[in-house]
Amino acid sequence: MQFDPFELPFDIGLYFILLFVVARSVIWFRQLSRPDKLRLQRGFFGRAFGQSIREIFLESLIHRKILKKNPRLGYMHMSLAFGWFLLILFGTIEADIFGKSHLNPPSRAIFFRFFNPDHGKTFFESGYAFLMDLILAFILSGLILAIIKRFSSRVVGMKKTTRLKILDRVALTALWLIFPSRLIAESLTSGAYGTGSFLTGSLGSVLASFLPAKEVAYPFWWLYSLSLGTFFILLPLTRYMHIPTELFVIFMRNSGIRTGDRAGTFSEVEVHSCSSCGMCIDQCQLNFSAGINTIQATYLMKAVRNNYETRDIAYNCLMCGRCDEVCPVGIEISPIRMIERRNAETGIKYTNIWKGYFRTRPMQPATMQINGTSYDFFPAAEPEKSDVLYFAGCMTHLTPTIKNAMTTILDTSGVKWSFIDENGGVCCGRPLMLAGQDKEARELINYNSQLIWKSGAHTLVTSCPICYKVFRESYYLDVEVLHHTQFIKKCIDDHSLKLNFMHRNVTYHTPCELGRNSGVYDEPKAVLRHVANLEITGYDDEKSLCCGGSLGNIMLSQTNRRKIASDVTRALTKNNPDYLATACPLCKKTLAPVTDTRVADIAEIVAAAIVRPQVKKNTFRGSSKIRESAEVV
Amino acid sequence: MEKFGFSLHKARVINYDSNDRSIVDYIIEREPSLKLCIECGCCSATCTTGNFTAFSLREINILLKRGENEEVKNKIKQCMLCGKCVLLCPRGVNTRNVVFLAKQAFQKYSAHAV
Repeated sequence: MQFDPFELPFDIGLYFILLFVVARSVIWFRQLSRPDKLRLQRGFFGRAFGQSIREIFLESLIHRKILKKNPRLGYMHMSLAFGWFLLILFGTIEADIFGKSHLNPPSRAIFFRFFNPDHGKTFFESGYAFLMDLILAFILSGLILAIIKRFSSRVVGMKKTTRLKILDRVALTALWLIFPSRLIAESLTSGAYGTGSFLTGSLGSVLASFLPAKEVAYPFWWLYSLSLGTFFILLPLTRYMHIPTELFVIFMRNSGIRTGDRAGTFSEVEVHSCSSCGMCIDQCQLNFSAGINTIQATYLMKAVRNNYETRDIAYNCLMCGRCDEVCPVGIEISPIRMIERRNAETGIKYTNIWKGYFRTRPMQPATMQINGTSYDFFPAAEPEKSDVLYFAGCMTHLTPTIKNAMTTILDTSGVKWSFIDENGGVCCGRPLMLAGQDKEARELINYNSQLIWKSGAHTLVTSCPICYKVFRESYYLDVEVLHHTQFIKKCIDDHSLKLNFMHRNVTYHTPCELGRNSGVYDEPKAVLRHVANLEITGYDDEKSLCCGGSLGNIMLSQTNRRKIASDVTRALTKNNPDYLATACPLCKKTLAPVTDTRVADIAEIVAAAIVRPQVKKNTFRGSSKIRESAEVV
Repeated sequence: MEKFGFSLHKARVINYDSNDRSIVDYIIEREPSLKLCIECGCCSATCTTGNFTAFSLREINILLKRGENEEVKNKIKQCMLCGKCVLLCPRGVNTRNVVFLAKQAFQKYSAHAV
């Protein structure tokens, strides 16, 4: 028996998806920028290749990251992915060794039992059949978990699971049908011929005892082939596209390709690599504090893939980066969200042609040119010369205690410094960037850059993490940009700042822009440990929460912001610390009204801990100024 | 109409029927908190842009509500979206979104010439 019509749906599906993936990859490769093409080539012949193979095995098959976070969910994903992989691998080997000829077409391996029904009689053969049954049982155990998860996601340790579109449901049903239909088809065939191992063999003999096994088996082989075929045909239209694209993402990432700030091949591949596992949903504070569950990363990716309107999803986000931390595929979610925000203004858009099988870049309509500047009212940039510049930032001007504390600290440290925006300066540009208005932001950046250049400073200290991030990443300046916690740490290290130890308990709220978005975790904590007892909260470093005040979200209402903030303060003040410390004026401003605990910026705590008699006479500002600002603190 | 010896200056007449409220309707539909505004002026007091120029969000809100869009159209571009006004607003108006939506609305309707 060499061919049977029932295998046709599978064959058509398989060859379709293979051709599709090849065509898709060629199109994607051609759209890559030239440096990225070179990176990819270098990666292919370099270390990245080996790394990727290892990562594909650990993440795409074993799902190590999910296993670490949530063993039950990890097991579900692992059993389906790794189990299916093993089934295909060992099935191919089985067909190759025991089949009639070597180098069979794939259908011989998939429907091996049908074409070789009396296989499994000898000892070695039955041993192999046992292995195959074991793998099938492994997959089925995961499948049961997956079905339960659809009805009650709490069973697998998820509070919420992803809502799916209809085609996803159809593909999901096809996927679910594949393994039970294989089990029943194999069992019936085994039952009829008296072969099979512990699973198919025993189920087969039970079924064969009251059914004409051989005749009943045939429709189930059809069902098996049909569900495989359906799954393959629908794959490019559904979230299951992540199965092929995840491999590309891992390889491209290891080759050094990053999302960047414009839509391109990598962002497209990433968007398709989202498996809608939904781990970002439970992580999102908008979900568990504010009850907004339509805007999480998984829904953003879904909207982008399907060309839905993304504006509301893209803008309704705190940009705290908690989902980036948890994404098991490692998709750079925040950059993709920023791309969507820019696209809402102007930018490359992708459209679905051929009803979603292909997404391509259409011709870009000429964007409206805004002539002249909208910020022509800026005063001339004439800063005083100094070594260290202090940029308080808009938010710090709303929290004068932080500003005064920093003045004291800078005076005490004895550096030659000047206050760049003492009488209110120009915004750093990050808020405009977060709103997707890069062109306007660039004007502010140019102005501030001029100001900093002209001052001839070598260090720029800022109190606001929002400013810190944009100064570091989007300004092309030859100055060292420091957040004030980093500056204080430096001063402590070179003994220019002498501090008392205050016997106070402090918990630290990591601001998103400073922590996850800029990677500054250690300096603020080191400074706090230097002056007080820092308590662990369970929301440290990458796990930190967002205060809810984030400028990243334009649409969030004040009520929801307060909800988020009070959840955060409740979590961080469980042990009744004396201070809830933070390093961001906006966080302070958001958290302070919703808690009884004193919320203080690290600069304030440090300023209060300065050893008074050793205050140096500052040669540049006069000692009366120091006394004044010390009194305010 | 009987004239009593005094009249309204033409420039100070606000005709709500002929003024175009499409922009403010667009904003209120998406950001209903604008209706809470009591025009107290806290936003203007703290404004980063207002520090340099005569830009006033309070004025803009009033002009938008009156439907005097032409004046707003150029002024609104001066906002830097820094968000200080949101933090100060005693009524919880999401002023930042108001400016953002106004910019958006002007872009949208500029094709049809408001």
